[in-house]
Amino acid sequence: MDAGTPVYDSSRRGLRFVEEARELWAYRHFVFELASRDIKVRYKRSVLGVAWTMLSPLMAMVVFTLVFSKFQRLAIPNYPVYYLSATLFWTFFSQATSHVGSLTTDALEIANRIYIPRSVFVASAVLVGLVNLLLSLIPFVLIVLVTGCPAHWTWLFLPVSLVIGTLFTAGVGLVVFTLALRFVDVRDMYQAILLPWFFLTPIVFDQSFVPPSWRWVLRYNPMTYLVEIFRAPLYNGWLPGPNTLAFAVLAAVASLVAGWLFYAWKVEEYGLRN
Amino acid sequence: MASGTEPAIALTGVSVRYRVASESIRSLKEYAIRRLQGRMDHGELLALREVSLAIKPGERVGIIGPNGAGKSTLFRVIARVRRPSEGRVIVRGRVAPLLELGLGFHGELTGRENVILHGTLLGRSRVDMTDRMDRIAEFAELEAFLDTPIRKYSTGMVARLAFAAATDVDPDVLLVDEALAVGDERFRAKCHARMAGFRDRGKTFLLVSHLLDEVRETCTRAIWISEGRIERDGPAVEVCDAYRAWARSKAPA
Repeated sequence: MDAGTPVYDSSRRGLRFVEEARELWAYRHFVFELASRDIKVRYKRSVLGVAWTMLSPLMAMVVFTLVFSKFQRLAIPNYPVYYLSATLFWTFFSQATSHVGSLTTDALEIANRIYIPRSVFVASAVLVGLVNLLLSLIPFVLIVLVTGCPAHWTWLFLPVSLVIGTLFTAGVGLVVFTLALRFVDVRDMYQAILLPWFFLTPIVFDQSFVPPSWRWVLRYNPMTYLVEIFRAPLYNGWLPGPNTLAFAVLAAVASLVAGWLFYAWKVEEYGLRN
Repeated sequence: MASGTEPAIALTGVSVRYRVASESIRSLKEYAIRRLQGRMDHGELLALREVSLAIKPGERVGIIGPNGAGKSTLFRVIARVRRPSEGRVIVRGRVAPLLELGLGFHGELTGRENVILHGTLLGRSRVDMTDRMDRIAEFAELEAFLDTPIRKYSTGMVARLAFAAATDVDPDVLLVDEALAVGDERFRAKCHARMAGFRDRGKTFLLVSHLLDEVRETCTRAIWISEGRIERDGPAVEVCDAYRAWARSKAPA
């Protein structure tokens, strides 16, 4: 046999988190195909097609705008853009991390039959989320134009925000995915966490509306900083402050490292049915 | 650099243990409660007990045995699906698991899209699968339907496409599940011809089957697994006969 012949040796094991990363890279083609399957299937099934992805955040925007216009003292200039700039990220985050849970069925079915690194499912869910986020930029720009909100040069910061946001999302996604492989109730539990998390993050309201004695909640909520690195350049027209940016990066790196280590540690134990 | 006599598949002292009791707890809530109360029983089940075997390149081996004997667990450790709890598994060469035809297929996608999805699921690249597409379509006799969503295919058409996609490979080791031949009589003959082609090119062949006749026909060697151990290992005809005699003696009169 020539030197190029692959050899599988079950006893030869490196560090798991390194090995899993190498395997994910080897299966990158499947990540793209799986993501493209999910996107194609979604748009083929729904009559409204692509429009649906754009409509649902707009509907929510209308509702929140109407609700908040009733509270005069909470007036925020150009509320629709204020709200949308933050939900861009929140929607991506909540969709991708929830989608991961529904992929566990696929993952278990496939991984019980042939070898595949399970992390491909998380990577694919994040990728699908990113595509949806990019699509939702279209209605965002439309609303900006319609409401006459000025476009800012700071919009160019968006790719940086996207990288940071993606790392954070992937980390949380890995934890949800790994647990959901093993426990059937994790998906519902996670949904129950998402709802209060949404309202404990300054997405529909501004930090200044929160009584000072409650501000610590926002300070310890990593989502506050992640939402801010999207809102500052898109809505305010300034770059996120150094502290905000530092906390956002810290949250993203911590999330990815913790998520990856947890995944690599538990996936073999959780990822199989007898 | 290595000599050609090295086994293609080698198992040394392989045991696989399942933790039955704790794995049966399916909810995180219950798991957490039991953990806190310290009521975690660790009932275990040994699916394989210190199995050792070596399969030479080019050998055709059938694995037989009653249900629950450990056949599929043995298959899974070789296919890399599960790691052995103890012992060591070595598989040399590119492995093609022909276990699940059409794994990952989705009805809304076209034949072409499904073939690519399935191929990348087996670790191949998109470019590689695109190169093979014409050959796969030709073998499946579905050239005209390649861009039709497969939910419009008949069952036979899906099976043909799945078989063509799965077997359009040039592996060193083939892991085959029973009943791989699909479709109508004529297409089954084609399937058998392709499998025979692998055999003639000296591929290592591992077949799990309930069908003793299939094992006798296609394999040179058979391994009879019983309660996680190798009961008997030898020429296919001999082992199949012994297994049949044993199965008859166990059957109620």
